[in-house]
Amino acid sequence: MSDDTSLNLFQQQEANRRRTVLLVIGFVAFFAWLGFGGDYIYYLSTRDAPRTAYHHVFPWFGIALTVVALLTAWYAYATGPEKVLWSTGARPIVDPTDPQEKQLVNVVEEMAIASGVPRPRIWIVDDPDPNAFATGTDPLHAHVAVTRGLLDLCSREELQAVVGHELGHVKNLDVRLMTLLAALVGAVALMHDGATRVLRGGTNLGGGGGSRGGGKKGGAGPLLAVLLVVWILSWILAPIITQILALAVSRKREYLADAMSAQFTRNPLALASALQKIEGAVAPTAAIKRGAAHLCIADPLGRRLTAHEGLFADALATHPPMAKRIAILRGMGYAQLKKEGGGVA
Amino acid sequence: MGSIMFLVVLVVVAAWLIGAYNGLISLKNQTLNAFKQIDVQLKRRHDLIPNLVNAVKGAMEFERSTLEAVIQARNQAVKVNATGPEGIKQISQAENALSSALQRLMVVVEQYPQLKATGNIGQLQEELTSTENKVAFARQLYNDTATQYNTKQQQFPTNVVAGLAKAQPADLWEIDDQAEKAVPQVDLSMKPKV
Repeated sequence: MSDDTSLNLFQQQEANRRRTVLLVIGFVAFFAWLGFGGDYIYYLSTRDAPRTAYHHVFPWFGIALTVVALLTAWYAYATGPEKVLWSTGARPIVDPTDPQEKQLVNVVEEMAIASGVPRPRIWIVDDPDPNAFATGTDPLHAHVAVTRGLLDLCSREELQAVVGHELGHVKNLDVRLMTLLAALVGAVALMHDGATRVLRGGTNLGGGGGSRGGGKKGGAGPLLAVLLVVWILSWILAPIITQILALAVSRKREYLADAMSAQFTRNPLALASALQKIEGAVAPTAAIKRGAAHLCIADPLGRRLTAHEGLFADALATHPPMAKRIAILRGMGYAQLKKEGGGVA
Repeated sequence: MGSIMFLVVLVVVAAWLIGAYNGLISLKNQTLNAFKQIDVQLKRRHDLIPNLVNAVKGAMEFERSTLEAVIQARNQAVKVNATGPEGIKQISQAENALSSALQRLMVVVEQYPQLKATGNIGQLQEELTSTENKVAFARQLYNDTATQYNTKQQQFPTNVVAGLAKAQPADLWEIDDQAEKAVPQVDLSMKPKV
């Protein structure tokens, strides 16, 4: 571990802690906006109503949605790893009997020693497509899962490199941010579905109120209309925004985790050949759904986007192009070979 | 005004001193911890070897000398009761001898396919590979951490605090074993080995 990689590690850990906090704040603030914004719109539209009619003065929606968002964020943080593992149908290895599983346990133990983190819990996803992911809130409560396909396809060295990559994510706290994000993406999608249903019933009421307010008093009309449009757009865009967030956080850190794997195994070429094998298996990983895609070592959805790098792919792909990752690892490998060769000869 | 400036400088220097001191202490403890990890893994290896030798003994009567070398090297390694990073030279010598004896044994086992096919030699082989890897990775982590610790305490300006933190350069775990150092020979002549 040279001095700058360790510095990098601490910076990365710090950045991940900070981003996790920002993510929670952003999440709660967004829901607060949805709630209080709705309250305000409702307030404006009922302001001019006759005395006997309902006047929306107390911001019930805002308070309720903020509390819900806080509870959701807390719940997502507390149960995120569990939910991610559950969604992929992973099963824990407790007492390995099968030689393949025994080897996996050994390899994970070896990599835990090399990376200096406690041994994570080990899970297997019974899916024929090779893939792997890590989840957890911190190195003490971490989980590493690999698919059955990865065990079948990879040699011991390659498996080691893949596990090293996952423990890299664990060590620099990527798992915390990425798991929370996965849980929040899921929660938002769920809430969005529910809210759309409620909202559809409610728009008649809101729309009616809006037109009435606009008709009576010209001043509040345009403001109300703009607010309403922005507010409804926020509702519609919520899942898309969280999805894009999930994409944006995951790409850069794949390169870093690759480098950490190379540092743990001192064998970057093994990871390069593992990635090549994983890419060669074109079938998407059926067990891993969209919500957890950014946690995996390779894009489980088998999207062709990951093959390119550019503005479009940058905005939409969860993973950096495989070819580039492999090229970087090969570069490391050859540099290492050259150094060793030069030292002996 | 001047006294306030002086105070500010003093606080900054004190803060840096505390930070540097704590950083060194933390690295020192990490180094010690990494060393303990090697100890744990070596102990595991010592416990595994008798099992391994028993498993292959029957099938390898004719390779008695290889087996005996392993047992001897193991007993030698167990006997070394130096502890802590100070005794590292002694320990590493004994352990490296054991590593190369084990490597020879593994090469021999490879040459007997019928041995690999029978019983749980395959599993034992996996266990041994894993144990060897664990020792190697524990060593690697120790060397990485110790190098970081050594660099920190020698670099300016941290070296000013090094005396205060009682920081001593930690010995690295050297591989002074011939088998591990030697350049692998590639022999394409297909001649039978003597």
